[in-house]
Amino acid sequence: MKKLIAMLLALVMVFGLTACGGNTADESKTPTAAQNAGETTPAAASSTAEGRVYYLNFKPEADEAMQELASLYTEQTGVPVKVVTAASGTYSDTLTAEMAKSEAPTIYNIGNMAGLRDWDEYALDLTNSAVAGELTTNDFNLYNDAGELKAIGHCYETFGIIVNTTLLEQAGYTLADITNFETLKAVADDIHSRSGELGFDAFSASGLDSSSSWRFSGHLANMPLYYQFRDDGVTEQPATITDAYLDNFRSIWDLYITDTAADAKTLSTSTSDESKAQFTEGQAVFYQNGTWEYAGLIEAGMTDDQLAMIPIYCGVEGEENSGLCSGTENCWAVNSQVSEADQKASLDFLYWLVTDEVAAQKMMDTLGAIPFKAAPKSENVFVVDGDELLAEGKYAVTWAFNYTPNVDSFRATLVTALTKYSSDPTDANWADVVSAFVDGWAIEYATVNG
Amino acid sequence: MAKTKTGVSLVQRPIRKFAPVFILPTFLAFIIGFVWPFLQGIYLSFCSFNTPRDAKWVGLSNYVKVFSDAGFLNAFKNTAAFAVVSIILINVLAFTIAYALTQKMRGTNVFRTVFFMPNLIGGVVLGYIWSMIFDGILKNYGTYLTANGTYGFWGLVILVAWQQIGYMMIIYIAGLQAVPEDMLEAAKIDGATGSQTLFQVIIPNVMPSITTCTFLTLTNSFKMFDQNMALTGGLPSVIQNGAKVNITELLALNIYSTYNINKNYHGVAQAKAVVFFILVAVLAIAQQAATRSKEVKQ
Repeated sequence: MKKLIAMLLALVMVFGLTACGGNTADESKTPTAAQNAGETTPAAASSTAEGRVYYLNFKPEADEAMQELASLYTEQTGVPVKVVTAASGTYSDTLTAEMAKSEAPTIYNIGNMAGLRDWDEYALDLTNSAVAGELTTNDFNLYNDAGELKAIGHCYETFGIIVNTTLLEQAGYTLADITNFETLKAVADDIHSRSGELGFDAFSASGLDSSSSWRFSGHLANMPLYYQFRDDGVTEQPATITDAYLDNFRSIWDLYITDTAADAKTLSTSTSDESKAQFTEGQAVFYQNGTWEYAGLIEAGMTDDQLAMIPIYCGVEGEENSGLCSGTENCWAVNSQVSEADQKASLDFLYWLVTDEVAAQKMMDTLGAIPFKAAPKSENVFVVDGDELLAEGKYAVTWAFNYTPNVDSFRATLVTALTKYSSDPTDANWADVVSAFVDGWAIEYATVNG
Repeated sequence: MAKTKTGVSLVQRPIRKFAPVFILPTFLAFIIGFVWPFLQGIYLSFCSFNTPRDAKWVGLSNYVKVFSDAGFLNAFKNTAAFAVVSIILINVLAFTIAYALTQKMRGTNVFRTVFFMPNLIGGVVLGYIWSMIFDGILKNYGTYLTANGTYGFWGLVILVAWQQIGYMMIIYIAGLQAVPEDMLEAAKIDGATGSQTLFQVIIPNVMPSITTCTFLTLTNSFKMFDQNMALTGGLPSVIQNGAKVNITELLALNIYSTYNINKNYHGVAQAKAVVFFILVAVLAIAQQAATRSKEVKQ
């Protein structure tokens, strides 16, 4: 009897251990469980011969749509498609871990040139692929040093200053009144000075908490970078940058932290939710953000006719002709280290995503704007505004910040300096911002290339 | 078999027989989950790699980079200072509270529970909660937690003390309750004063608890990661003497952020992790040897 109990106990323990192992694999979304099943069952093995698709998704907000599209595709073609989404901010960790496995992702995301340098050996040359033939522009693609198309920019985003036009009109202005930095400043200063009587202020909080700081250390900082790179004709990551347009950066930042209800001393803890709430609740006219915010603003009860997006003006000559800032960190790469069948299955899946009517519509709804021939017209007001500006012949401001070396570290230094400057806006503290920008760039460049 | 027949009772015999069955799963898990990754980690610290599959041997160059990294040296100094301060603070306070709560007074169980509770909250959550608390306080003085390294350092000390004192207190309480009553009685009869009893009788008798607690606080402070990341994330991040330094970064966080620079730094981060392991192991062994020698053999 006791022998039996002991044996049972041993069995329970072994079973418990394997069960635990199974759970962990599920939680971390590793393909181990599926993969083991695939190796043993003949059904899965036969589908491997036809190729499998494993899409490692970059955008958490697109996860649901991609899962739906994946099951739709499997329904139509019988090809298994697995979609895994990395948790926000952990894409590179997840990608590195997944790539080391035997059933690695077949489609993954490369964010910028620095990312391509890391993954070039793992990316298939897509130059003559069918999906590349469906593109309407090559502006968002990533090419390696040999000029091969390694990653396809499959959606693009645009940022600028989002305006609540209803409030702007209440204050006695229209969008036509704002054409450059001087006019923007005049309007904002006036609204700020009358904020008590109007019941709202010019800018929503320019929070420097980590949930919000990227709007400035990344997106706003794009302005000085873009103009400098334009003047210097920069086409690849420069080793050093100068302070050429940092006075303009200071002008616009001063405007953000002055003409607002937010206390500049508390910006270090001010979050993006706070800033967004101030805008959606009608407490602020201006809110710097991008096309991706559209759905959230509509959800919060705003309407299309209240919303518009204008370029970020910072006092650069000729900026009356500037458009919005468009670019992407979403580029599809196909894993070159998986079997040819898998590569083909993946390319077919991508082609279907951008040509199938239902899929293209869903992609458009989820991602905002996609540069493919079959794409339906966008309903996103900000995308429409951006397209209109370009149609008027204004120049697009590209995402110069995609050249930033060691981007998270570079931005951390810039945020530290900006936070200090905001709580005490002296010239000495601004010198730290300039140093974080110019010296910081050189140091990070040396780090990543050293 | 002959051995089991003679000395072992009927209950123990089948258990002995099945010992390997009990040990094997855990042992396998230990090999797969610890020993093998550990050895692979040491190998990778001499390699340049993006994924472990494409590792290329590069010799000692990763280690050269480790010791020329200003951020790593700064993190090392921070960690050392943090360890010293937190070991002393946590152990002194935990012992004091444990001593107070083993005196005969009402409600000691309630207090023990309350003091232990912070330990049940995860490090990341604690980090975010405390960053709000500190920022809420510092706001009144027109400043903020990541304004300079001093706030961040002491903030982390307070957080970790708050979290760990309760845990160490439980260990000390167990130790204090194990002090033999007859020794205390003898001390009383001999006319020992309160402080004499404490330093000559009680503390030597709780040396095993002190060994355990200093070991735990030492390794905890060296391995500190989530609280560090959630509270300040290493900020402020500044340029000092031409090098980039995250002022409040401790070793574990430094290793983590090094890994994420790009693929050229995966090996460097791995080398840092090996250096880190050796450091923690040497310190922990030295500490064990030092406190063990003071333990009373009963």
